[in-house]
Amino acid sequence: MENKEKKQSRRKFFFKTATAALGTIGAVGIVTQSCKEPVEEGETVSLLSPDGTLVEVDKANISMAKMPAQVKEARAGIPNKKFVMVIDLARCRNARKCVTNCQKMHDLEPGDEWIKVFLMQDSNDTAPYWFPKPCFHCNQPPCVKVCPVGATYKRTDGLVLVDNERCIGCKFCMTACPYSSRVFQWKDPVHESQADHDYSPETSVPHQVGTVGKCDFCPDMARMGKLPTCVTGCPNGVIFFGDKNEDIVTNGTESFRFSELVYERAGYHFMAELGTEPNVYYLPPVDRLFDYETGFKTLTSEQKEFYEKSIVKKH
Amino acid sequence: MAKDKIFLNDQFNQKVEKDLLAHLLPNKKVGNIFIFVLLAFILVGIYAYYRQLRYGLIVTSMRDYTSWGVYISNFVFLVAISLVGSLFSSILKLSKATWSTPLTRISEIIAIAAIICASVIIIVDMGRPDRFINVLIHGRIQSPIIWDVIIITTYLTISVLLLYISLIPDLAICRDKLTDAPGWKKWFYKVFSINWHGTPEQNNILHKVSFMLSVMVIPVAFAIHTVTSWLFSTTWRPGWDSTNLGPYFVSGALMAGAAVIIVAMYFIRNALNIKEYLTDKLFDHMGKLLVLLSLVYLYFNINEYLGPAFKMVGVEGEHIIELFFGKYASMYWLVQVFGLVLPIVVLVFAWGRKPLPMLIISILVLLGAWFKRFLIVIPSLQHPYLPIQDVDESYRHYIPSWEEWAITFASFAGCLLIITFLVKLLPVIPIWETKKEEGNEPKQQEV
Repeated sequence: MENKEKKQSRRKFFFKTATAALGTIGAVGIVTQSCKEPVEEGETVSLLSPDGTLVEVDKANISMAKMPAQVKEARAGIPNKKFVMVIDLARCRNARKCVTNCQKMHDLEPGDEWIKVFLMQDSNDTAPYWFPKPCFHCNQPPCVKVCPVGATYKRTDGLVLVDNERCIGCKFCMTACPYSSRVFQWKDPVHESQADHDYSPETSVPHQVGTVGKCDFCPDMARMGKLPTCVTGCPNGVIFFGDKNEDIVTNGTESFRFSELVYERAGYHFMAELGTEPNVYYLPPVDRLFDYETGFKTLTSEQKEFYEKSIVKKH
Repeated sequence: MAKDKIFLNDQFNQKVEKDLLAHLLPNKKVGNIFIFVLLAFILVGIYAYYRQLRYGLIVTSMRDYTSWGVYISNFVFLVAISLVGSLFSSILKLSKATWSTPLTRISEIIAIAAIICASVIIIVDMGRPDRFINVLIHGRIQSPIIWDVIIITTYLTISVLLLYISLIPDLAICRDKLTDAPGWKKWFYKVFSINWHGTPEQNNILHKVSFMLSVMVIPVAFAIHTVTSWLFSTTWRPGWDSTNLGPYFVSGALMAGAAVIIVAMYFIRNALNIKEYLTDKLFDHMGKLLVLLSLVYLYFNINEYLGPAFKMVGVEGEHIIELFFGKYASMYWLVQVFGLVLPIVVLVFAWGRKPLPMLIISILVLLGAWFKRFLIVIPSLQHPYLPIQDVDESYRHYIPSWEEWAITFASFAGCLLIITFLVKLLPVIPIWETKKEEGNEPKQQEV
């Protein structure tokens, strides 16, 4: 009886102060926004409040919030997924669309690159090739091992993410990462678009000064069933992304069985000897579609000179 | 005969007390100028840190590749200096090297000052010092940084206890004799001498406790610098990826510690006019000790560089070439020659172990020690497995900004300020141990 009364009073409370009450519900992922489309009044919908009570709310008063995954969700990972990336070095000509797309999506400043394109050469006798490098989302991630506060963490879906609201900025992960994948926010972020939504480790924006960022494999896109922005941006279909559990990777236009692709094309891990077990596989640059020289077209002569000077011999 | 001896003892003890308490009374203005200079350095450092808090770590020269700079190398240096406390109040004490007794308190004071400044500097390096509390809330015991936090706090605690326990009888002497001291000082001596009267029971407890502490501090002291070395050796970086790093750091630290004691001795004995207690003979002993410690460090240096230099594999090889012949070569060879080889060569001769040559050599050792840590931290970061391509010019070099230098100098000034304050507050030579040990013979005991 008392319980019923309590429920009723609560119901009343919600109806009367819909806006304020839904603000509370916002804590689990829904926030009120002013009604943008006309919805018929009187129709109600049942919602679960944070304390576990079922409440009914007028449809006119609610709208789906554009909310990124909350920290708890973002720490757990997307269920039943094992994300994997395959990069076909035979197709890359340093078009740099992966870099610029990523910078646009993640509000990165021109100098900050979460995916980089290196110019590599295995030995003096072999031809140079372009080598796009995102974060490898290692299964044995050195960065996660050294983090003193668990701000960078490994998820069930294989992703290694950073919680910029917990990061203390000690930069230990940056020295620990053998692939130099991490980028520090040295100064206050300046982009306007960052105010658009709340922070989530899955979107990695807005950036926070004094914390570490890196390639996140765009899990916010994955939740919407979309591909990472570097994959969709690439004009040559260099980067394949997919799910190991489904055994499928795609670059948006072609799809392959992951296991067959890496088996038949002799896929390999970059610096496998470090034992970090990356989730990024490379297909060797055989039967190349482009001469590596074409990669210099988009660059200034200064950039070209520097690339050539510091050409990488794989160790 | 026996009566004469007691009389002489008394006379000697009175003189010891008079000499060693003199510096605790308000005195010369020179000290004040020194303090003002230190405060000026600290103020500039605080302003630099304010700028860093205001604009972010962008005011430093650290960038994504060289993500640890002079803050971290200075931190390693200060931790190294702090090891000196354990060297004197534990290792030499337990090995019954009684000549070192007058130096125990100085070494403990320096150790505490260095460890406090090291803790401050590590917070300065953090991008988000406002979130330091996360270390307590979300601390992961797997991370070497947490090991470092634990061991630094442990070492600081034990060092403070070591200093304090051996101070109690001296504080009692201050309480009884320094009737002219300012009120707050008298209050301090009274409260902190915790009713010490030198009864046999009290003496018994004191000896037990200080023995226990001096045994306990050895593993902690070794751990503090070994753990600091693990911050580096747990990563894959060239020059850090080494099993030699722990003993290499510890031996380097003990050497730098001995040098810092020599410098401190030189200035303290002149400033406080206590040459009778910090004798030339003591310098001679310290010189021999420094040679020994330098030889040990030399051994670990050879061990550290020979293997990778022989193999010249990949980035390890690039790193070695950079140090030996590259852009860090002049710094590297200056450090190795003037900070390591020269001290050994000079100090093996008796003329080299006179106070002034010792001072010069020790300053060289300290400079070498500081730059050596720079060479350990920075060049390694500039040789990642994937080279530094496709980045802004500023990412490829590292020359500390003025803010970094200002904060570094402020850390030294802070260290010196703590030392100066403690020297003005506490008897810098243990009076009760001097009295007891030397009896009526004001001569250093030989080992």
